[in-house]
Amino acid sequence: MERVRDILTGYTGKRHELVPILQEIQTELGYLPEEALVMIATFTGIPESEAFAIATFYSQFRLTPTGRNRVMVCRGTACHVKGAPQILEEIENYLNIKEGETTPDLEFTLESVACIGCCALAPCIMVNNKDVHGRLTPKRVRGIFSDSKGKEQDTS
Amino acid sequence: MIRKERSKIPVKTLLLGQGTCCISAGAEQVYTALKREIAQLGMADSVQVKRTGLCHGFCQLDPVVIIEPEGLLYSEVKVDDVPEIARSFLPGERLVERLFYHSPVTGEAIPRYRDIAFYQRQQRTVLKNCGYIDPEEIDDYLTNGGYQALRQVLLEMTPEQVIKQVKDSGLRGLGGAGFPTGRKWESCYQAAENEKYVVCNADEGDPGAFQDRSILEGDPHSVLEGMIIAGYAVGAAQGYIYVRAEYPLAVKRLRSAIVQAREEGFLGEDIFGSGFGFDIEIFPGAGAFVCGESTALVLSIEGKRGMPKPLPRPRTTEVGLWNKPTLLNNVKTFAAIRWIINKGADWFSSIGTKKSKGTAIFSLTGKTVNCGLIEVPMGITLREIIFGIGGGIPDNKKFKAVQTGGPSGGVLPESLLDTAIDFDSLTAAGSMMGSGGMVVVDEETCMVDLARYFLDFTQKESCGQCSLCRLGSLQMLEILTAITKGEGRMADIDLLIELGEGIKIGSLCGLGQSAPNPVLSTIRYFRAEYEAHILMQQCPAKRCKALISYYIVPDKCTGCTACQRQCPVNAITGDRKKIHVIDQNKCTRCGICLSVCPERFSAVESVPGRLVSGD
Ligand SMILES: Cc1cc2nc3c(=O)[nH]c(=O)nc-3n(C[C@H](O)[C@H](O)[C@H](O)COP(=O)(O)O)c2cc1C
Ligand code: FES
Repeated sequence: MERVRDILTGYTGKRHELVPILQEIQTELGYLPEEALVMIATFTGIPESEAFAIATFYSQFRLTPTGRNRVMVCRGTACHVKGAPQILEEIENYLNIKEGETTPDLEFTLESVACIGCCALAPCIMVNNKDVHGRLTPKRVRGIFSDSKGKEQDTS
Repeated sequence: MIRKERSKIPVKTLLLGQGTCCISAGAEQVYTALKREIAQLGMADSVQVKRTGLCHGFCQLDPVVIIEPEGLLYSEVKVDDVPEIARSFLPGERLVERLFYHSPVTGEAIPRYRDIAFYQRQQRTVLKNCGYIDPEEIDDYLTNGGYQALRQVLLEMTPEQVIKQVKDSGLRGLGGAGFPTGRKWESCYQAAENEKYVVCNADEGDPGAFQDRSILEGDPHSVLEGMIIAGYAVGAAQGYIYVRAEYPLAVKRLRSAIVQAREEGFLGEDIFGSGFGFDIEIFPGAGAFVCGESTALVLSIEGKRGMPKPLPRPRTTEVGLWNKPTLLNNVKTFAAIRWIINKGADWFSSIGTKKSKGTAIFSLTGKTVNCGLIEVPMGITLREIIFGIGGGIPDNKKFKAVQTGGPSGGVLPESLLDTAIDFDSLTAAGSMMGSGGMVVVDEETCMVDLARYFLDFTQKESCGQCSLCRLGSLQMLEILTAITKGEGRMADIDLLIELGEGIKIGSLCGLGQSAPNPVLSTIRYFRAEYEAHILMQQCPAKRCKALISYYIVPDKCTGCTACQRQCPVNAITGDRKKIHVIDQNKCTRCGICLSVCPERFSAVESVPGRLVSGD
């Protein structure tokens, strides 16, 4: 919780800083631990229940830890009509988890997102909020995962 | 001095898009390789390699390299192609013909992008700079006329004159509702308060649309310039840009644009020595569709849950952010302002239809040969967009419908393809212009499933305040789900219409008021498809799993056992070299057999409806 305290020193405690604070803490810790929410509530002077209400209202926030790699499958319209449901199913089968879950080895968290904004390349997925893979087919999906697993092992 | 400058002017400029789409297709690597290769050949002075924020919007060909001044286009460039491209600039070398775009119709190579149908029928105005300028270099924006409109406004015009010009142009809000922009500005201008705010709505909630992201990534200063002008016109000193969190690159580019604009004195105090000061902050959204609605967006910036304010509510232009008058416009609306100031209201209002002026920007996606970002004059027909610019439907499939306006819009069938599109004609047809999403679907898309898809989205995104929206949409979703499972009744169709009309009238905000549109419009134009699901227990598009069957064509099956081995429920019988048969009672319709059957046999087929074993 040291890190949370550090982050809070960058803010003044005004109400409208709440969402940016939550975002920064989630970027740092990967999720919003209960303890952190309590600290933020005290810091911004709002009831704890309100802090939880905000954190659960916005789909970006997570109250549970995520895996090292966050895989976001687009469920936007363009992706949907070009086979996103099959892509999601393929990834679920491959990682052996369902949407919203994390693999037991904490390697991958599988989520869905409203739209990545690369609809012309549908269907697509985004890994770790930066790498977008487009024009996917169930076959290419497997390729991406075996690649990223390989890379992980190389660097470790 | 002059001579030195001149010798530096590059003979050729290679433009390389670096938008989210382009990068995902490998544009960064191609850029680095091109720069290195050109330098190694000693041509760094004569051939300039330039990054632009975006490809030209023809995202599907990414990465694209455009060569100016000739206007040549190389498509789907790989790092391996780079040495050949670089060498082609040496005297006497040939162009790399194989990388030219080839017409999908004639197979002919089309070297110049202006001759490609995708570009030919567009009218690029607001998007003019997207794909030409480097969004991270303010100088590039300045040499392309940037901040001249701001200069003119601050030094030569009164706020009233600015508002009049925007009013005269006929510009209507490009964020969805099409509210006349000049009138909105005027209302905010007239609000009697000293403190006011300007907010740019870059939440782009429509899943399946990316035009706002593209402008932010490709030409961020045009949005800033529009906002500063708006600030001057309505009397605000502070602006906010509400950007959705899924757009990290757009946020990064905006940040750097703001820093550079401050350095150059376009933001901050006393801009152009006019005494007017304005600054802009970015507020990253946190992923809630309803926050795109004006009152919810304002609450979200204030750090609260983004729930639309209950009716009756004052206008945001009177009581908005921190209860101060607030001007909220969409990204595209702000981006259009500088052009209206530069080129005049008459010029702008000469484009478009009687009641919808200027251009419309769409992200054309789904089942068209060409997908991407397009800008067209209001009043163009859907047919011209889909078959002209979009090149029609790939793989010899049949066009079925086009969806506009996202979860708030509707679908339009083939019979309406010749509708001239503008705000009003689309609404009359049961859809809406929306923010610019345009998704084309072919015969493989089930309309009941599509309606269910959108309702599932809006139902989850409902803020839950009003029961009609929350519970009514849930009930509609349950009925639609039942129909896709073959459990629907004929009375359900009328019930859906009744519920839908009720929710439209009784909901608090635009989310609920428009949520039934996808359902109502699919029933209006594709009722027969609903009936096939209910009466014949068939999904004609073969999408709804409960209403299709897999079948092994005996004449094609060679008995290779590929499907038999992979079937997770052992529903397939038949030994090696013997014809395989699916036990329809056991089959869960997972579709694995179809995907593992070797293409040269293609023995597994899906058919609408439920087969009984022995069929
Ligand atoms: C549920 C809902 C979602 C909306 N989402 C967006 C959005 O993502 N972007 C947007 O510009 N407008 C959105 N709007 C429309 C805004 O409320 C508002 O009309 C618009 O931003 C005003 O800008 P304009 O006049 O430039 O069009 C949404 C409206 C509703 C009801
Ligand atoms: S619909 Fe998938 S990226 Fe937009």
